[in-house]
Amino acid sequence: MFIKKPSDISSSEITSRDIYLNRRSFIAGAGALAAGALAYNKFGRILSPSESVLAGTKLDYSKSSFSTSETETPLKDITHYNNYYEFSTDKYEPADLAKNFNTRPWTIKVEGLVNKPQTVDIDTLLKQHLEERIYRMRCVEGWSMVIPWIGFPLSTLLSQVEPNSKAKFVQFTTLYDPKRFPGQQRSVLDWPYVEGLRMDEAMHPLTILAVGLYGETLPNQDGAPVRLVVPWKYGFKGIKAIVNIKLVEKQPVSTWTKAGPNEYGFYSNVNPNVDHPRWSQAKERRIGEFTKRPTLMYNGYGDQVASMYNGMDLKKNF
Amino acid sequence: MKAKYLKPAIFLASLVPLGRLVWKAYNSDLGANPIQVITWSTGTWTLVFLMLTLSITPLRQLTKQYWLIQYRRMLGLFAFFYGGLHFTTYFWLDQFFDLHSIAKDIVKRPFITVGFSAFVLMIPLALTSTQRSIRWLGKRWQVLHRLIYATAILGVVHYIWLVKKDIRKPVIYAIILGILLLYRVIVWVTKQTRDRARIDQPTTPINHKAVPAD
Repeated sequence: MFIKKPSDISSSEITSRDIYLNRRSFIAGAGALAAGALAYNKFGRILSPSESVLAGTKLDYSKSSFSTSETETPLKDITHYNNYYEFSTDKYEPADLAKNFNTRPWTIKVEGLVNKPQTVDIDTLLKQHLEERIYRMRCVEGWSMVIPWIGFPLSTLLSQVEPNSKAKFVQFTTLYDPKRFPGQQRSVLDWPYVEGLRMDEAMHPLTILAVGLYGETLPNQDGAPVRLVVPWKYGFKGIKAIVNIKLVEKQPVSTWTKAGPNEYGFYSNVNPNVDHPRWSQAKERRIGEFTKRPTLMYNGYGDQVASMYNGMDLKKNF
Repeated sequence: MKAKYLKPAIFLASLVPLGRLVWKAYNSDLGANPIQVITWSTGTWTLVFLMLTLSITPLRQLTKQYWLIQYRRMLGLFAFFYGGLHFTTYFWLDQFFDLHSIAKDIVKRPFITVGFSAFVLMIPLALTSTQRSIRWLGKRWQVLHRLIYATAILGVVHYIWLVKKDIRKPVIYAIILGILLLYRVIVWVTKQTRDRARIDQPTTPINHKAVPAD
């Protein structure tokens, strides 16, 4: 049962919902809310046969001191400018193409070099203690946003499965289902999308699994029902619609690394001094701003994360 | 009659892409990253007008509608116009006159190097597009204006190189350009063979009408 909380977000943001959500899914969303979690499936289908909309359900969360106080990017931009190749290579298309993406039922298998492998249901994850993390997000393409994610540290989930001493890396995999992900019908990338983190990066308190933004469950186009957020790395490290988390011994090969080994490295830490081979990374355009701003080392999270990379050649380990 | 209404009609139609951008900008309808949308749109239309300009010759020769030639200059100038807007967008809106960063981009980023070259090569063509220049330059005008082939090739390469992964759209332009250039190669080879045949058989009466080559 989802309990509606008195609004945490300002009324101006609520008003803007009408603009960004189309009416059909808004009604379905409201209907689903009213029907409640138990009767959800039945009523959801009656209200809107092809739509199972949980996006837009309010979440309970606490604030976090890791949040930035910078101006948040409007919800409309966060939900209408998405690199989500499983839907489309055009950033303006996922908003519409993801409309009917069904995120229930959904489980995440956590396995590999662990003592207690688990298959976790998304609704279990939603019930645990959630935090709001307002993070900068820097895309490798040279634009950035400030996004109020709702989620929990990845380390909480990893601790539950008890990684053994052989586990050195964490490998994440997106759902593979070309029927639901039209973009997977073309081999523009090697599907399914795979990402990876080193163990210390995965256990870092800034690394979260996000299940929501702007106080509500994740919109489909932003990676619903659960995605990775690693704020000091380029956005593509934030793998979406995760179904598998595997602890492994060898460094996983990320999908973008496979697609362009000299352009997208395993680490992909935000670094204004190491350019993408085809464009500069020195500056970025914050969505909503006119002139570009300088890109910060580790996207401004250097104080918390730089020590993990001490002594590493960042030009080589890009 | 054709000339009377068609020319202003093509002129106005060619301004539609710009009008659409201005309208969308006025209504704040350019999405999350307006500068990128303006850059892409003006870039795309530069390529479209380059392709249109290059298709006039094959079209008029194949359909024998020789009057089409009178629209070639206008289409070419619109390619230059949108190319200029594209470059201005980059120079002004994207880089905000950061000359240092622009110079670095042009030298270091191959896709910008080729894009910039493509634009620069269009400048002499636009400058010599007047009737007076054509008369003044004579035969040399045609030679000079072959630079459009370089511009078109560099423009398509610029597009292919800037795309992150999905090269479907730039490849479409590459194919169209390939066809337009192949046509010229075929015409040239055919002409060469014919000319040689004539030299071999000097008794054949030569009916040599001056066909404007491109």
